[in-house]
Amino acid sequence: MYPYVTVTSVVALKYKDGILMAADMGGSYGSTLRYKSVERMKPIGKHSLLGASGEISDFQEILKYLDELILYDNMWDDGNSLGPKEVHNYLTRVMYNRRNKFNPLWNSLVLGGVKKGEKYLGTVSMIGVNFEDNHVATGFGNHLARPILRQEWHENLSFEDGVKILEKCMRVLLYRDRSAVNKLQIAKITEEGVTISQPYSLKTYWEFSAFENPTQGAVGSW
Amino acid sequence: MFRNQYDTDVTTWSPAGRLFQVEYAMEAVKQGSAAIGLRSKTHVVLGCVNKANSELSSHQKKIFEVDDHIGVAIAGLTADGRVLSRYMRNECINYSFTYESPLPVGRLVVQLADKAQVCTQRSWKRPYGVGLLVAGLDESGAHLYYNCPSGNYFEYQAFAIGSRSQAAKTYLERRFENFTDSSRDDLVKDAIMAIRETLQGETLKSAICTIAVVGAGEPFHVLDQGTVQQIIDTFETAAEQEDPATEPDAATGQEAAAEQGTAADHGGSTDEGAAPMDI
Repeated sequence: MYPYVTVTSVVALKYKDGILMAADMGGSYGSTLRYKSVERMKPIGKHSLLGASGEISDFQEILKYLDELILYDNMWDDGNSLGPKEVHNYLTRVMYNRRNKFNPLWNSLVLGGVKKGEKYLGTVSMIGVNFEDNHVATGFGNHLARPILRQEWHENLSFEDGVKILEKCMRVLLYRDRSAVNKLQIAKITEEGVTISQPYSLKTYWEFSAFENPTQGAVGSW
Repeated sequence: MFRNQYDTDVTTWSPAGRLFQVEYAMEAVKQGSAAIGLRSKTHVVLGCVNKANSELSSHQKKIFEVDDHIGVAIAGLTADGRVLSRYMRNECINYSFTYESPLPVGRLVVQLADKAQVCTQRSWKRPYGVGLLVAGLDESGAHLYYNCPSGNYFEYQAFAIGSRSQAAKTYLERRFENFTDSSRDDLVKDAIMAIRETLQGETLKSAICTIAVVGAGEPFHVLDQGTVQQIIDTFETAAEQEDPATEPDAATGQEAAAEQGTAADHGGSTDEGAAPMDI
């Protein structure tokens, strides 16, 4: 079992009014950057936002499952609705069960949302590892973005500061992750609902001396 | 109700559009010993009368914990009640496991009602002979529902089911407008007093009644006998001072009290104590 068309890191953080999530729009077919307009963040129900990395077709399958879940939730027509915590746990059960059958959905998911003023941000991996935190990332984001977030995140970030931090993370990923493309979207979810930005690009600078002379000061054979 | 040629199968309609088997099932609920429920904005209290077979035996368990936030009191065929409680517990725990969140009471009640409905439309089944008062808390507040063998369910501010429940209903009808803002302790007191109404003069003591509470920050649990007796003592003494006329011959036998109680009691259900099927 291996993935065919993959998408790279998702980064997300909690801020004052809810959750901010960023993901680029590149879809790779092995080492080819084949698709340049892949939308990787989708609203789920009234209170949640899902971002995914990994195999695109599995993400689409998950969206179908969630569609059905939300449909049945709405059919009760009773004023109750599944919040981000419930959706996250449902996804955890799905991912873990598939893993146990040796037929995983090859994704790392980020689930964020706000319900009744409570902010929620969690992640699930393809083997069912799940947890909640103030900031999460998938794939390369774990190695490159989380350290930045650990330094710079604090409670009650403003929207502008949140976006600034996310862009900083996405820029590092753009420089260092081979499967990243310079076209990204930032999504926010608050009590009022979900907004996903139009795609845009980050300003980059390639004239750093470390980039021009990458091997200077390097030790070792690689 | 009398026997007729349309009452053998649950799947036979009468010409008047009735399903007699379902109505007979509801009779079984009326024959069971009383159960009452009342709610405020933040708490729900359930109470029931526990009559033991004899002094030697223990009494029937009629109140069941379904989850931390839901409990149920039953009247009628207690065996059917136990089976339905087990179903409810299963549904709650499965939901909790999948969603890490408590099952909204309203949804559990609908599932229960749909389960009861199935038994009214299969020739090889019979309706459940038990009425359930479901008390629970969810995001939208405190709820009390009544589930009927017919598969209907209703939400209530306060309700009573079982034998001599009309006396309790009359008591609750007089006071229900105040329940929404009642404190938890006043709600419990009202529940015990409603139970007392169904006893028709028999001495109220904690040995023959069970009270359970669920509320914001308070998981569903049955109050222990000592606590209940204390509450009974506080108002029994007050009642004695207040109104000696309403304390009839509690000393005389139960039968005499039952006969005297017929005037206040609603016709249509027999006045004997614990019904045979309640055992």
